[in-house]
Amino acid sequence: MLDFIARRLVAIIPVLAVVAIFVFLMLRLTPGDPAAVIAGDNATSDQIALIRAKLGLDLPIWQQFFIWIGDILRGNFGESFFFKKTVTELIAQRLEPTLALSICTLIVAVTTAVPLGVIAAYRHGSLLDRFVMGFSVLGFSLPSFVIGYCLIYIFAIDLGWLPVQGYTRIGVDFWAFLEHIILPSITLGIIYVALIARITRASVLEVLNEDYIRTARAKGLSNRVVLMRHALRNAAVPILTVIGIGIALLIGGAVVTESVFGLPGLGRLTVEAVLSRDFPTIQAVILMFSVVYVVINLLIDIGYTLFDPRIRY
Amino acid sequence: MSAIIEEAVDSAAIASASTKRKPLWQLAIRNPAVLFGAVILLIMVAIAVLAPYLGTVDPTRIDPAARNKKPGTEITYRLDDGSTTKHVAHMGTDTLGRDVYSRVLYGTRVSLIVGISVAFFAVVLGLVIGMVSGYIRWLDGIIMRIMDGLMAIPGILLAIALVSIWRAGLITVIFAIVVPEVPRVVRLVRSIVLTVREEPYVEGAVSVGTPTWTLMMRHILPNTVAPLIVQATFTAAAAIIVEAILSFLGIGIPPETPSWGNIMAEGRTLFRIFPHNILYPGIFLALAVLAINVMGDGLRDTLDPKMSKKV
Repeated sequence: MLDFIARRLVAIIPVLAVVAIFVFLMLRLTPGDPAAVIAGDNATSDQIALIRAKLGLDLPIWQQFFIWIGDILRGNFGESFFFKKTVTELIAQRLEPTLALSICTLIVAVTTAVPLGVIAAYRHGSLLDRFVMGFSVLGFSLPSFVIGYCLIYIFAIDLGWLPVQGYTRIGVDFWAFLEHIILPSITLGIIYVALIARITRASVLEVLNEDYIRTARAKGLSNRVVLMRHALRNAAVPILTVIGIGIALLIGGAVVTESVFGLPGLGRLTVEAVLSRDFPTIQAVILMFSVVYVVINLLIDIGYTLFDPRIRY
Repeated sequence: MSAIIEEAVDSAAIASASTKRKPLWQLAIRNPAVLFGAVILLIMVAIAVLAPYLGTVDPTRIDPAARNKKPGTEITYRLDDGSTTKHVAHMGTDTLGRDVYSRVLYGTRVSLIVGISVAFFAVVLGLVIGMVSGYIRWLDGIIMRIMDGLMAIPGILLAIALVSIWRAGLITVIFAIVVPEVPRVVRLVRSIVLTVREEPYVEGAVSVGTPTWTLMMRHILPNTVAPLIVQATFTAAAAIIVEAILSFLGIGIPPETPSWGNIMAEGRTLFRIFPHNILYPGIFLALAVLAINVMGDGLRDTLDPKMSKKV
C-alpha cells in the first residue's frame, strides 16, 4: 500500500513538471518584454527594471525556470501590479467563495445524481430511466451560463425568492450565505449530475447482472439492502473516478458560474486577470487549479482501496 | 513468394473490410438520434449560409435611436442616402440598438465555423501524434507525459490561458480550444494503435515485410475512422460551448463580431429588464449543442458498438 502511494506520488511529478513548464513558458511566449508584461500598462521604468532583475531575464532560460519554481515552492507567486497586492494575498482573499461553491456543488450533485442513477439502473428501461438518460444528454448540452440566467430569471426575478447576484461570507451571515450560494451550486451542479448519473446507472446496471446480486436476492434481502450494500458499493469505483475527472468540469464551470452570479472567487479573479493581462495572477491560478485537480485524483486513486478491498496494490 | 503472401494478406484484409463496409452513413442515418441531430444541424447550416436573405439587417449596425427594444418592435432605419426603411426586430435590440435577430442568425456562422474547425484540427493533430506515439516506442513516453500534463490543466482554463497569450480573434480562439482537445484524441488513437498492432492480420502483414507506412495507412488508419468520427462530434459540441463561454466572459471573439457568446455578454448588464438578449442566443446555442451531442450518441451506438457498451 505504502509502496503504491509512493509510486503514485512519483508518477505525478512529470505531470506537474509539464504543467509548470507550460505556465512558465506562457509569459515567455507573449510578444514583448516579459518584465514589461508583468508590470502592466502603468508601470514606471524603475518597476520594470526591478522585475527584470528579480526574474533574472539575462540568465539562461533554464536558470530562470529554477528561480521561478523555487519562488513558487516557497509560496511566493510574485506581485500583481494590477491589483497592487501579492498574488498569494489575492488568492487567499478569493478562496472562500470558490471553495464554498465547489463543496456545495459537489453535495448537490452527488446527492442528486447517485440516487437518480441507481433508480434508473434498477428500473432499467422504464419511463424514469429514459427521463434520467434524456436529462443527462440535456445536462451536457445546456451551457452553464444559460442555465444560470434561466434560474436567476425564474427564482430571483420572477418569483423573488432568492437574491439575483452577489455573495455573503459564511462567517458574516449563514442564511444569507446559503441564499447566495444555492442557485450557483445548482447551475454548476447540473452538468455534474448529468455526468455522475450516467456513470452510476451504467456501473450499477453492470453489477446488477452479477451472481452475488442474485444470491443476495435469493437470501431474501430487501431491494434496498441489495441496491445499497451490494450493488452501489461494488459500483463505487467508476463513480468515484468520474467524480474525480469531473473536478476539471467543476473548475472550468466555476469560472463561468462566478461571473454569472457575481461571486468574488478565484474563477472571477481568473477572468479579471486575463482581461487586465495580469500574468503573475493567471500563472498562479492555473498552476494552483491544476495541482488541486491532480492531487484530488491521486487521493481518489488511493481511496479506491477503502471502497473496494478487492483492489490491492 | 513473400509477395504472394503479402497479396493474400492484403486482399483478405480488404475483403473483410468490404463486407463490413455498407455505406456508413446509410447505417447511421437509420438511427433516429442521428437523424434528429442531422436535421437540426442542417437547418443550422442553412441559417448560417442564408443569413443575409432571412430578413436580417447588418448585424453590426449601431442605432442609438433603437436601443433596448422589446421583441417585435418595429424600427425605422435611416439609410445613408436619407431614405428610411422599416424593420421588425423579432428578438428585440441590444444596448447599442443592434438587431438581436440578425446577430443571432449571423452568430450561427461563428459557432459552426468554430465547432467544425476545432473538431477537424483536434482530430488531425491527435491522429498524427497518436499514431507516432503508438508506433515509435522511444517517443511514446515523452509524448504521453506531455499529453498527461496538458490534461492536468482543466480545459477551459487552458483555453483561457492561451487566449491571454495572443490577441483575441477567431483564429486564436479556435487554436486555444484545439489544444486542450488534442490529448483526448491522442489517447484514443494511441490505444487503438496499440490494440490493432497485436491483431493477427497486422502481425501477418509485418511478417511478410509490409513497409511501416503502408501498414499504418492500410491496416491501422481504417480502424480509427469510426471512433474518431464519434470523438469529432463530441469535440465540436464542446468547442461551440467553450467559444460561447470565452466570448461571454469577454475574452473570446472581438465583441462587435456577432457570436452567441458575444450577444449574451452584451445582454448581461440589462438582463433583469431585457432577458431576451440572453434568452434567444441561449436557445440557439443549447439547440445546436444538443443536436450535435444527440447525433454523437447515435453515431457511437451505430459505428462503435464496443464503446457504447462502456457508458
